[in-house]
Amino acid sequence: MPINIKNLSCIYSADTPFEVRALDGISLDIGAGEFIGIIGPTGSGKSTLVQHFNGLIRPTQGQVLVDGRDLADKTTDLRAVRQNVGLVFQYPEHQLFEETVFADVAFGPKNQGVPEAELRERVHEALALVGLEPEGIVDRSPFELSGGQMRRVAIAGVLAMRPQVLVLDEPTAGLDPEGRDELLAQLGQLHSGSGMTVILVSHSMEDIARVATRLIVLAGGKLVADGPPRTVFTQAKMLTDIGLGVPQVTELMLALRERGYDVPAVALSVEEACATILELSYRGEQR
Amino acid sequence: MSMLKNVTIGQYYPGDSVVHRLDPRTKLGLSVAFIVMLFVVKGFLPYVWLAALVLLVAQIASVPLKVMMRGLKPLTFIIGLTFLLHVFTTRGGVTLWQLGFLRIDSHGLAQGAFLSIRLIMLVVATSLLTLTTSPIALTDGLEHILSPGAKLGLPAHELAMMMTIALRFIPTLIDEADKIMRAQLARGADFETGGLIKRAKNLLPLLVPLFVSAFRRADELAMAMEARAYRGGKGRTRLKELQYTSSDFWAYCLSGLAFVAAYYLGRWA
Repeated sequence: MPINIKNLSCIYSADTPFEVRALDGISLDIGAGEFIGIIGPTGSGKSTLVQHFNGLIRPTQGQVLVDGRDLADKTTDLRAVRQNVGLVFQYPEHQLFEETVFADVAFGPKNQGVPEAELRERVHEALALVGLEPEGIVDRSPFELSGGQMRRVAIAGVLAMRPQVLVLDEPTAGLDPEGRDELLAQLGQLHSGSGMTVILVSHSMEDIARVATRLIVLAGGKLVADGPPRTVFTQAKMLTDIGLGVPQVTELMLALRERGYDVPAVALSVEEACATILELSYRGEQR
Repeated sequence: MSMLKNVTIGQYYPGDSVVHRLDPRTKLGLSVAFIVMLFVVKGFLPYVWLAALVLLVAQIASVPLKVMMRGLKPLTFIIGLTFLLHVFTTRGGVTLWQLGFLRIDSHGLAQGAFLSIRLIMLVVATSLLTLTTSPIALTDGLEHILSPGAKLGLPAHELAMMMTIALRFIPTLIDEADKIMRAQLARGADFETGGLIKRAKNLLPLLVPLFVSAFRRADELAMAMEARAYRGGKGRTRLKELQYTSSDFWAYCLSGLAFVAAYYLGRWA
């Protein structure tokens, strides 16, 4: 399900002293099955942009096409769009409200009109996708779970709608390193297993470098870079200037190059950096 | 979604005018005096005079008319109802229009218009106060005005603190509600269609998380305040002492004169 954005701008609190230009002339095409990372410093318009993807914010200037449907058009059925483009907000556990985990996860599909008989299957499938054992948890209250579990239940609530595009706004914020690694791994599996388009919003370079195949960088409401992580991270100076920086391992590679070592400019993971350095020292021994 | 953004009461419109810099006690006092004047004077002429006064102050404070009028929007219904009730129920003067038991008299029309204008002026004048005074300054002023009551057992500081906190959290809770609403909309929730009961039921996915978060916030705030050794008003000093200046003196004098003029304008007309 492609999403095409043309020259999109968005202004909050227009005509008041609080006026903010949150998005400024963004053009972007997202193809089916991509794994995209959107990064940018706080206030760069990331959250505003992703809320345009499912019509929570109607475009006022510019155009947003989801699967060819124009979201500015008043006759477009936004609920159908929202069913296909699942959006997981920041701290999604704050939206839990039902008495049981089952009822909460079933909320989305129920609104879609999924028959009762199928709900069980949907809920169990969604919980399994986020790595929770359905049997043990469906009858518990979502409010007695741990923070990490609540987050997964909330994400399952969106997955139960079987969206074709999954957008997650800072899904790892506030999780411990282990929880973060697990969640990112599960997102990777979701993407490779079901061919779902996954769009991950974050300001953490480390997170995004590991999983995304394409990076979109926003700063001050403008799109400043768009491409594979390897290409984007070569612009280390620009990324540092807008307050983002590059992953620590890329920084290490750059520092090595500065000292005259012949290494690639970008490393995306610790393993990769490790292999490069090992090779370097091996070559050094041979000399 | 956007409907939650339209709450103007208590919305500060920042600026650096004489009006903004006046002592909050002055502005509170003059606003109360203005409201009293609205009820004391009779006739259209003094109302025109008072309206001109409000517009003048708004001009000095450089608050756009559009922003001031925003506060009226939620009250359109009440103002309209007041107008219609008086138009149809007040008898006297010349009968202008009649259909069955419905009758409009000239006195009714005048009375309806008069009371609607009074309501509009009430709202506009009070929103001028809140637009030019930050909530913190407002509660500070209120605490000062109420502090003599402390001897009679009135918890002035606690009341002011409660108001400050409540005002402080209105935008936060609106933001929070907005966020939860969007999250539930993304899950296919429906807040806009259906009958009254269905709509009330549909609000549950919004209200439950909102209450949960409000309680969590209250708890965290109480903790944070205690961690910084907050213990109420006793022996508390302030960073910014309220201080009357010469502009306050002039504001009292000029407004006093204007109010007296309004009173005699009403007597004379």
